[in-house]
Amino acid sequence: MTGELGQLSLCFALALALVMALSGLLGTRPSAIVARKIASSSAMGLLVFVALAFGCLTYAFVVSDFSILDVANNSHTLKPLVYKISGVWANHEGSMLLWVLVLSLYAALVCALKRGGERLTSGALGIQGLLAAAFLLFILFTSNPFLRLDPAPFEGAGLNPLLQDPGLAMHPPMLYAGYVGLSASFAYAASALLVGEEGWARAARPFMLIAWMALTCGIALGSWWAYYELGWGGFWFWDPVENASLMPWLIATALLHSALATEKSGAFRTWSLLLAIAGFSLSLIGTFLVRSGVLSSVHAFASDPTRGFFIMVLIVLAIGGALALFAWRAPTLQGGAAFEPASRETAILLNNVFLVASCACVFVGTLYPLLLDAINGTKISVGPPYYALTFAPIFFALLLLVPFGPKLSWKRGDLKAAWRSLFPALGLAAVAALTVLALVSPRGLAATGAFAMAGWLIGGSLVDIRNRKGARASAFAAAIAHGGLAITLMGVAGTTAWRSETLAVVAKGQTITVGPYLLRFDGVTREQGPNYIADRGHIAVMDDGKPAAVLLPEHRFYPAEGQDMNDTAIRTNGWRDLYLALGDDRGGGRFTLRAYVSPLAPLIWLGGLVMALGGFLSLWGRLRVKEPEKKAAEPGVAIAAE
Amino acid sequence: MKSLIAFVLLLIFVLPARCDLPAQSASAPESFSNPALETRARDLQRQLRCLVCQGESIDESGSPFAADVRRLVRQQIAQGMSDQQIEDFLVARYGDFILMKPPLQSNTWLLWLAPFLVLVTGGGGGLDYGQKGCRTRGQINYPVVTFRT
Repeated sequence: MTGELGQLSLCFALALALVMALSGLLGTRPSAIVARKIASSSAMGLLVFVALAFGCLTYAFVVSDFSILDVANNSHTLKPLVYKISGVWANHEGSMLLWVLVLSLYAALVCALKRGGERLTSGALGIQGLLAAAFLLFILFTSNPFLRLDPAPFEGAGLNPLLQDPGLAMHPPMLYAGYVGLSASFAYAASALLVGEEGWARAARPFMLIAWMALTCGIALGSWWAYYELGWGGFWFWDPVENASLMPWLIATALLHSALATEKSGAFRTWSLLLAIAGFSLSLIGTFLVRSGVLSSVHAFASDPTRGFFIMVLIVLAIGGALALFAWRAPTLQGGAAFEPASRETAILLNNVFLVASCACVFVGTLYPLLLDAINGTKISVGPPYYALTFAPIFFALLLLVPFGPKLSWKRGDLKAAWRSLFPALGLAAVAALTVLALVSPRGLAATGAFAMAGWLIGGSLVDIRNRKGARASAFAAAIAHGGLAITLMGVAGTTAWRSETLAVVAKGQTITVGPYLLRFDGVTREQGPNYIADRGHIAVMDDGKPAAVLLPEHRFYPAEGQDMNDTAIRTNGWRDLYLALGDDRGGGRFTLRAYVSPLAPLIWLGGLVMALGGFLSLWGRLRVKEPEKKAAEPGVAIAAE
Repeated sequence: MKSLIAFVLLLIFVLPARCDLPAQSASAPESFSNPALETRARDLQRQLRCLVCQGESIDESGSPFAADVRRLVRQQIAQGMSDQQIEDFLVARYGDFILMKPPLQSNTWLLWLAPFLVLVTGGGGGLDYGQKGCRTRGQINYPVVTFRT
């Protein structure tokens, strides 16, 4: 019954999405009041039916209804409840349903807030309806999560143990909230092109902020998960699937800045539209890369080529359509407002140039090998050393400019005054560099440079905060987000430069040293988990000769899935992680033990959170000011309207 | 975020074999007692890709292939071959795919140059845009300059 109800809901949702697309687009005409009403109600209906379908699938996972193929393939009765639920989106079909659910949530939000006026909202709903319809067709025809299995098996195939983890249970919804959130900016941009409306940047701002925050948190969460779960001690691998989430983030960051200029001073009108289109296009491309199986071609795994083809068509239509619309309508729009060379607009322009270039770097690094392979079968690898030589210098140059932005005024700034006010930041950078050189070994140019940069950024943020004393909390958003960038930078630099690592085969009673710690291996006990059996290592940690802790890394075996997995043990004091992973049983009570000391590692993710906090403050400030359009126009807006 | 790889693999219903297991690299029998040689070996291992895994270097991979290549690298280091010679040997045997850092050659120059081309083009476009802004300088009314925007 559940399956059929879900299937039926999906069909209704598809019908509503089509109605919403049509009526939304018709509603962009000034007099089409009825069409706009229909678009609004179908947006709400779409959310109801997609949520119902999603609820049905979740219910099937919770009660382990193995007569549904998707559940049988990805669940198991012995799994803890939370992983039964997260199992819903830990597979292709369910994750596409989650995608559409998030899309409908954003559409309902767009509809409820009606930012930017009736016509702009209606057009945005129309575009979102088109997207929802396309994805629902994709689900119904190639990835139906409600397909039945007859006879139903007694037990499911289980879920990859790597995914049975709280961090990863949360990671996909967070990332999707970001990916799909960019669809709202995309829809507003396309609608603005259709309607010729200027206020889209302000209207879409909250959605940009939500999407950007979610992407930031999603990427940080994924990286943190990889760190503690995979047992390598690494946090970023530059693999194509990670890159697929980084590209939209870079463009979303560029868009946040450029759209602010569009809103405040009227600069970069068409450019912001293009960025909004590009951001969501990269989300779609990321989905294509992840879902189509192109990336795993090295393994020649059996994947369904119709899915890849369908998404490819979808991408071509969405991106091609948006770009065609852009090419057709953009020339009719008013050009960007003028600004002087020393102005915040120039700073944002440079920000955009560097962000787009760094995104291009990730884009080329990800797609070039695929392209080369497709053209003549040549296989090359694009690994971390490539990004160290291309992405890193471009991004570093960007960071150098960051503190200037907030110090320059819109339209006409004073570069000399900005430079003078940043002297304290320069001082902080020098102090940071000298501290690193004086105190820490091994000395490295890269680490020194990174810490000087972090000092410069934090100094810039502090100067900015001091200048805005007494302002509303949202005025500090940029300073806090830029500070978060510095925190992440310190974490990355510290871990990369000063990580110590020891790999050894240890017997009971044996000791090894790693960094400042002495570790004594006290043997292994056999533990029974809810759906796994574990070898639990007991490792006594000595700091300065005093016993500091006992760490219990586990090597788990999941019988249902037939897989081994590591559960690392991490002891952190907030500045430095001691990281232990228990490896293979080498026989005779001897085990491999991998121990890392990662200085400043926690800062990597803390920085991500701080960046997201900056986004949140900005959003908070926005939503508290109701109907900004009706307020007396600010000077910048007055110029924009000229 | 290696995570996501595992995620993809799962999504297409194929559970990865040994590759997703944590590596056993440089376990005792494989390591040099000379720290300089050991550092060199580890650095080199990080530059080489495990061909049977997804995106892992042979330093971190737990696959038998990676173990073989590690042994080979260490053998050749012990024989006094330079890093370049070892890389050349491996490229001759396995192709460019084994190098984490793609070589600069006729089919990769675009890969290496593209980011900087975008940077230069973008910079040029930005300059052009900025200059257009300046030309209209006389025609705009400047707003009251304030930091609170």
